[in-house]
Amino acid sequence: METINTDVAIIGAGGAGLRAAIAVAEADPSLKVALISKVYPMRSHTVAAEGGAAGVIKDNDSFDNHFHDTVAGGDWLCDQDAVDLFIREAPRELTRIEHWGCPWSREADGHVAVRPFGGMKIERTWYAADKTGFHLLHTLFQTSLKYASIERYDEYYSTDLMVTDGRCHGVAAIEIRSGQVRFFRAKAVIIATGGAGRVFPFTTNGAIKTGDGMAMAYRAGVPLKDMEFVQYHPTGLPGTGILITEGSRGEGGILVNRDGYRYLQDYALGPPDPWPRKKAMELGPRDRLSQAFWHEQQKGRTISTDYGDVVHLDLRHLGEAKIDERLPMVRELSRSYVGVDPVHEPIPVRPVVHYTMGGIDTDIDAATCVDGLFAAGECACVSINGANRLGSNSLTELLVFGARAGQAAAELALGGNADAASNGIQSAADSAEGRVLELFRRNGGTESVAGLRRDMNDAMEAGAGIYRDEAMLRTCCARIQEIRERYRNVVLADKSNVFNTDLIEALELGSMIEVASAMACSALQRRESRGSHQRLDYPDRDDTDYLRHSLATYSATDLPAIDYSDVTITRSQPAARVYGGASE
Amino acid sequence: MSDRTIELEILRYDPEQDDAPHFQTYTVPCQEDWVVLDAINFVKENLDRTLSYRWSCHMAVCGSCGMALNGEPALACHAFVRDYPERIRIEPLQNFPIERDLVVVMDDFMEKLAAVRPYVIAAEEKDVEDGEHLQTPAELARYKQYTACINCLLCYSACPQYGLNDSFIGPAALALAHRYNLDSRDVGRSAREDVVASNPGIWECSFVGACSEVCPKSVDPAAAIQQTKIASSGDYFMKFLMPWKRK
Repeated sequence: METINTDVAIIGAGGAGLRAAIAVAEADPSLKVALISKVYPMRSHTVAAEGGAAGVIKDNDSFDNHFHDTVAGGDWLCDQDAVDLFIREAPRELTRIEHWGCPWSREADGHVAVRPFGGMKIERTWYAADKTGFHLLHTLFQTSLKYASIERYDEYYSTDLMVTDGRCHGVAAIEIRSGQVRFFRAKAVIIATGGAGRVFPFTTNGAIKTGDGMAMAYRAGVPLKDMEFVQYHPTGLPGTGILITEGSRGEGGILVNRDGYRYLQDYALGPPDPWPRKKAMELGPRDRLSQAFWHEQQKGRTISTDYGDVVHLDLRHLGEAKIDERLPMVRELSRSYVGVDPVHEPIPVRPVVHYTMGGIDTDIDAATCVDGLFAAGECACVSINGANRLGSNSLTELLVFGARAGQAAAELALGGNADAASNGIQSAADSAEGRVLELFRRNGGTESVAGLRRDMNDAMEAGAGIYRDEAMLRTCCARIQEIRERYRNVVLADKSNVFNTDLIEALELGSMIEVASAMACSALQRRESRGSHQRLDYPDRDDTDYLRHSLATYSATDLPAIDYSDVTITRSQPAARVYGGASE
Repeated sequence: MSDRTIELEILRYDPEQDDAPHFQTYTVPCQEDWVVLDAINFVKENLDRTLSYRWSCHMAVCGSCGMALNGEPALACHAFVRDYPERIRIEPLQNFPIERDLVVVMDDFMEKLAAVRPYVIAAEEKDVEDGEHLQTPAELARYKQYTACINCLLCYSACPQYGLNDSFIGPAALALAHRYNLDSRDVGRSAREDVVASNPGIWECSFVGACSEVCPKSVDPAAAIQQTKIASSGDYFMKFLMPWKRK
């Protein structure tokens, strides 16, 4: 097996990975960076983010406002020291991206424009029309080309972290075009692999969002934190799950049920007028909006279609000119994929799995409990998002914590004892290669990747959706555990070394099953309702027992053990989460 | 819920086993609103696990799933089955070596993209603490169209010039160079000139305009190249008229 020596290995080349790579390069150009990704950087799923990135910049706003919106939005499960750091760094990072060429939308006088977003008291979301993630990703990727010290390994699928003696020494990865396993030996490793929405069948997430980095860290002994918190975005297109940005509501769009009624006023988000109004109605937080849909559905007030029940997102009153200027992609997506022109008709939408608040347990410097191992972006849980992320905090998060991860990794790599020789490193690399070869060469298995993946998707949808209860979750955990067993019998139909996507999908499925197990078991153990985690059998928030982060620890044979850690509270004591008229 | 049955005639090639590419036909029950990618995914999930292709976002923004559909370059996730006859021939993008099946080798494009220096080259570094550059909506509008490129390679596949001579820098990379040249924050036009205005640069383009026709994001690389030609010609003559004024 070929060994590639580097200083900092970064797994994932989306927003967080690219930002981290640039941070390392700027910290010290003599540090070698290996930027390893299973896809070319511009294919990374950051590309699909639409609405914008939050950061305080205008005179009518304050850090305090952003802090309180974020903490209340997260139902007080955020670590407040991390939130404070995040909101203070946010404008700097967004400005830096401006300097690097991001085509932010502008006001008439040339200043960066901001738009309102859900759960935010003041408009503070910077945007580039409705393709903010796309522009952010391409700006970062193109800027990264300036730095000679960043060496890219595009289309390398990382399989295992090399951890011995409690320290991470690198990562094993398959070069997809040749099928060969390489060992990237590094002084520091940063995981920036994004979310795991593909665990569920109906998601905004692209095919690549399979939680590989989360699973890798988990198997290497790092707990996954707050995995029960999965965000449903309230407005996805039926059938495909294509995201229709919250920016649509930020610009004034409304949600109505089958009777043309703005039903959100029945769920502690009203009164409906005046509109638009911050932190009210359609500009409430995503968890509340998706839950309101569920209740409307129970009442039979949604609209039934071939692809499940929907409500209507009505933008017609915005007019064609504003839709074309601010929401061109929404118009294009609606016309193409559901045959609806939002200038003339309302868009059918339904809640769709969008974001994992939970992830690899890290501290405020993006460090994990394994020396030399860092994580940033959606795959990590710092936690600034708590039990529910506010829209437009995640693009900012991947910049702020991507940069911090890069700086921390650079510092470690420059330090004296980072290169400590380790016994057993080569045998760890060999066994990682062995694991891939065993799967590749396995004969006589009975399970196909596609069939087992469908079963996992079904189990998660049935058991761990918007509303959950003890019986559903017990069944879900048992089914996932059974699927874990069956995974050992997965057999590949494709035996080629060259661009073998049957192999890659099999490995991705292995990652997803572990992530699903952590999600379901964490959800079962949290017997309260908070943010995006809603229990029909425990409808109230319980700060006495559950104002704590859950920590799922991997077991090769059993369900994960679930422990808890304290939430850092500095200046906002838990209180009722209030939106609509009551919040004014 | 199946509305229609179609036949996909897909190019197959595994360099480990095949001497040459060949076609394999699959019969797929399709729904009315499916895109071609849905039909290919049906094959992968239900009929043949050995088929290789790239895809991810399914919403025409990641740029992964460019292929030739009945000979025309297209994004498989944005090409609707209803717009095709009963039989669709699916091949990898033309003008690129085939890595396997529908996957092409895109190393050449990645090198060309980097070669045009697609990043802001500023007159002087501005400190983050000094805030953002001002850029009016009119200044943004000058270059915004050229920021929309998703690097899907359809334009390279359609470009007759790139097909004849792969040293041509090509539509997407030249449009990106133009995008930065037009940005009010950038002064890098002369730094990009050695690549952009070289022989394999803009002068190789014969202005067929096929790139702009196939572009799924209306970037119009052909216009970018023509505008760059005019600007570079200006520079060329300026060099003789005012040699001291070389920017």
